[in-house]
Amino acid sequence: MSKIGLIIKREYTSRVKKKSFIVMSIIGPLLFAAMFVLPAWLSSLESTSEKHIAIVDDTQKYEGAISDTESMKFTWLNSANEESLKSNYKNMGFDAYVIISDDLLKDPSAVKIYSETPVTINMKQHIRRDLEKYLEKEKLESFNISGLDEIIKNINNTTVHVSTIQLGEKGTEKESSTELTMIAAIVFAMLIYFFVLMYGTQVMRGVVEEKTNRIVEVIISSVKPFQLMMGKIIGIAMVALTQFFLWIVFTILIITGIKFALFPGGEMPTRMDKQIEMIQADAGQDGSVAANSDFAEEFTKIMEKANSLNLLGSILAFFFFFIGGYLLYAGLYAAVGAVIDNETDSQQFVMPIIMPLILSIYIAMVAFRSPDSDIAFWFSMIPFTSPIVMMARIPFQIPTWQVLLSMAILTASFIFTTWFAGRIYRTGILMYGKKVTYKEIWKWFLYSGK
Amino acid sequence: MIFLEAKKVVKKFANHVALNKVDLEVPENSIYGLLGPNGAGKTTLIRIINQITGPDEGEVLINGRPLQPTDVHNIGYLPEERGLYKKMKVGEQVVYLAQLKGLNKRDALKKLKYWFEKFEIQAWWNKKVEELSKGMQQKIQFIVTILHEPKLLIFDEPFSGFDPINTNLLKEEILKLRDKGATILFSTHNMESVEELCDHITLINNSKTILHGAVDQIKQDFKENVVELIFSGDENILRSKLNDPFSIRDIKNINNHTKAYIELGNTGTINDLLNILIKDIEINGLTEILPSMNQIFIRVVSESNQTKPVETVTA
Repeated sequence: MSKIGLIIKREYTSRVKKKSFIVMSIIGPLLFAAMFVLPAWLSSLESTSEKHIAIVDDTQKYEGAISDTESMKFTWLNSANEESLKSNYKNMGFDAYVIISDDLLKDPSAVKIYSETPVTINMKQHIRRDLEKYLEKEKLESFNISGLDEIIKNINNTTVHVSTIQLGEKGTEKESSTELTMIAAIVFAMLIYFFVLMYGTQVMRGVVEEKTNRIVEVIISSVKPFQLMMGKIIGIAMVALTQFFLWIVFTILIITGIKFALFPGGEMPTRMDKQIEMIQADAGQDGSVAANSDFAEEFTKIMEKANSLNLLGSILAFFFFFIGGYLLYAGLYAAVGAVIDNETDSQQFVMPIIMPLILSIYIAMVAFRSPDSDIAFWFSMIPFTSPIVMMARIPFQIPTWQVLLSMAILTASFIFTTWFAGRIYRTGILMYGKKVTYKEIWKWFLYSGK
Repeated sequence: MIFLEAKKVVKKFANHVALNKVDLEVPENSIYGLLGPNGAGKTTLIRIINQITGPDEGEVLINGRPLQPTDVHNIGYLPEERGLYKKMKVGEQVVYLAQLKGLNKRDALKKLKYWFEKFEIQAWWNKKVEELSKGMQQKIQFIVTILHEPKLLIFDEPFSGFDPINTNLLKEEILKLRDKGATILFSTHNMESVEELCDHITLINNSKTILHGAVDQIKQDFKENVVELIFSGDENILRSKLNDPFSIRDIKNINNHTKAYIELGNTGTINDLLNILIKDIEINGLTEILPSMNQIFIRVVSESNQTKPVETVTA
C-alpha cells in the first residue's frame, strides 16, 4: 500500500471506530425519518381527539350558526345554564365553552371562548369564520334580493385551485410541491454547512493533535508533509461520506419500516385504494383504524411529493458540492492547525474561515426564496459561498450551465487553497511554542523551501 | 570510508541563517557526535539529512551519491521533539509507523515480536499509548526508530526521559547496532555519553562548525600537558627538585598521600619528570590529565562566542 494510502487508512479507521461517529450515524437518520413522519403524524393527531364545546347565546340569535366538524362538536345551551357551566363545565363533559353576550353586529367582540387548556387556532378560526359567514348572510338578506340563496351558492362555487407543474427535460410534467422543494433546498444547504464545519474542524484538530503529541516530526521523516496533509484531508472526507451514506441507508430503512408497518400488504396503495380503505374504516366505526389510515394517507402524500423532486440529481450535485466545499476549506483548516499550538489559540485564525460559511447560510436563505436573483447567482459562483448557496438553488431546476460553471470555479479554487495551505502547513507543523502573526504566515508562504 | 557527507550546507530562514557552510563527514560504522549549544543549527542539519527540509546551498551525500527520496527507508530518526498518537493502541501504532518506513506488515510484525520480547514489553501491545509512562513510550519510540534496520541512525537527545537503567540498556543497544554495521549520528548535550559512545564529533556554534575530529585526537589537542603525581613524602623535596620547564600548579594532601598537579611546560616530558624525581620521592602513581569533553565544549564555545573565529582541528 502506498504511504498516502496508509495515512488515509489510519485517519479513516481511527475515526470510524469512535463512539461519537456511531452515535451520529444513528441520530441523523432518526431526525430525517422524523421529517417525513412527524408532519403526517401531527396532522393525523388533530382529528383523533374530539372536542366538545358548549355555547351559551344570550341574544338567542345565532343558534346553529356554528357547525360541527370532525374534531369539534358544539352544544347549544340556553342562558339559564350559564352559571353552572362556569363552575363545572368539565364535569358536564365539555372541553371549553363559548358565550355570546351581545348582538355581534353592534359589538363584534361579544364572543368569548373560555377554557383551562389552551384553545387551538383551528377552533378559534372555525368559530370566527362560521359567525362571520352567518353575519354576512344576515346582512345580505337585509337587502331583500330575490334568489339570494342561488346567487350565494353560485358565488361559493368560484374557487381557483393553483397547482404547480414542474416541466421536466423530456417534456414530462410532474406535480411538485413548492414547500417541499424549499425544504429540500434548506436541508441540502444546511447539510453542507454542517459537514464542512464539522469535518473541517476535525482536520484542524487532527493536525493540532499531531503537533501537540510531537509525532509529526517522526512521521514527516517518512513521508512528505503534503502527503500527510492530503492523507488526513482525504481520510476525513471518506469518514464524512461514510456518515452520509449510513444516514441515507438508515433513513431509507426506517421509512421502509414505517411503510411496512402501515401497509403490511406491501405496495403503497394509490389514492383511489385509499379512499375505499377510508370508507371501510369509517364504516367500521373504529376510531383507531381511522386515525391510522389518516396518518397513512398523509404519509403517502409526502412520499409522493418527495419522489417528484428529482432527488437523484440533487443528491449527485450535493456530493460534488460537499466534496468541493470540504476540500476548499479543509486545506485552510489544516493550515490553521499547523499554525497554532493548541486548540484554544485557534479563534483568531478560524474566524476568517467561518465568516464566509455563515454568510453563505444568510445568502442561501435569500436564494431559496428567489433562486434566480442576482445575489443568489453571484454568490453561487464565488467559491467560498458557492457550495452552500448553489445547493439552495439546485432543487429549483436552475440552468445547467450555471451549475457546471460553479463546479469548475470551485474545482480550480480548491486546488489553489490546498496548494496555498500546503506551503503554510509545511513550515507550521515544525514550529513549537511560538505566537504566530498573519505577517509571519505570509512569510512562510513566500518562503520557497525545497 | 565516509558514509554520510554534508558539503557546505547553507540554510537560511526568514530572519536568520541556521547553517552557514557546514561540512560533515561521518565515517561508515562509527558513532558520530553532533554537538552544539541550543539554537546552534543541529536540528536543522538533521532535518536536512532526513529530507524534512532542503538546503539552500550545498549538498548531502549518502554513500557517495546525493540523497534521494527513497533514502528515508535507510534512515532511522529519533527526533528530540517526539511522541506517539495517544489514543492509538501500541501494536497498531508501531505497525503503522513501520509501514510508513517501507516495511510490509508481515515483516513488521515479525521484527516487532523480536524487539517486544527482548525488551519484555509484550503485555503493552493492546494498551493505548496514553496508559504508558513516559519512559515506556520512549522505549516504543526507540524500537520504531531501529525496526526497519536502517544503515543510518540519527538520535537527537535519545536519553532524555530515561532512568539510568534504561539509559544503559539503550547505550548497549546503540553499541550493538554499530557493531552490526550501522552508522550512527548522535546529537546531545550530555557530554558524558559523548565520551562513552562517540568516535568522532562535530561542534556547531552560531550556525558554523567550530570544531571537528576524532574524540581522542581532540582530547590530545586540548590537553594542557598536566600530570597528576601521587606520592608519599615531603612535598618540599618535590618543590626543590622541580625547575624549568616543570612547574607545580597545585598540591593536595589526602590521607597519607600527596597529589601534585605538575605542568610539563613546552619541552618537558613525563620521562624527564620521572628521572628527576624517582631517586628522591616514593611515587605511587602518575597519570596524564586529559580535558573532559565537557571542558572542551565550554571552552571552545565561549571562545567562539567572544571572538567568533573558525577553529578547526584536523584528525
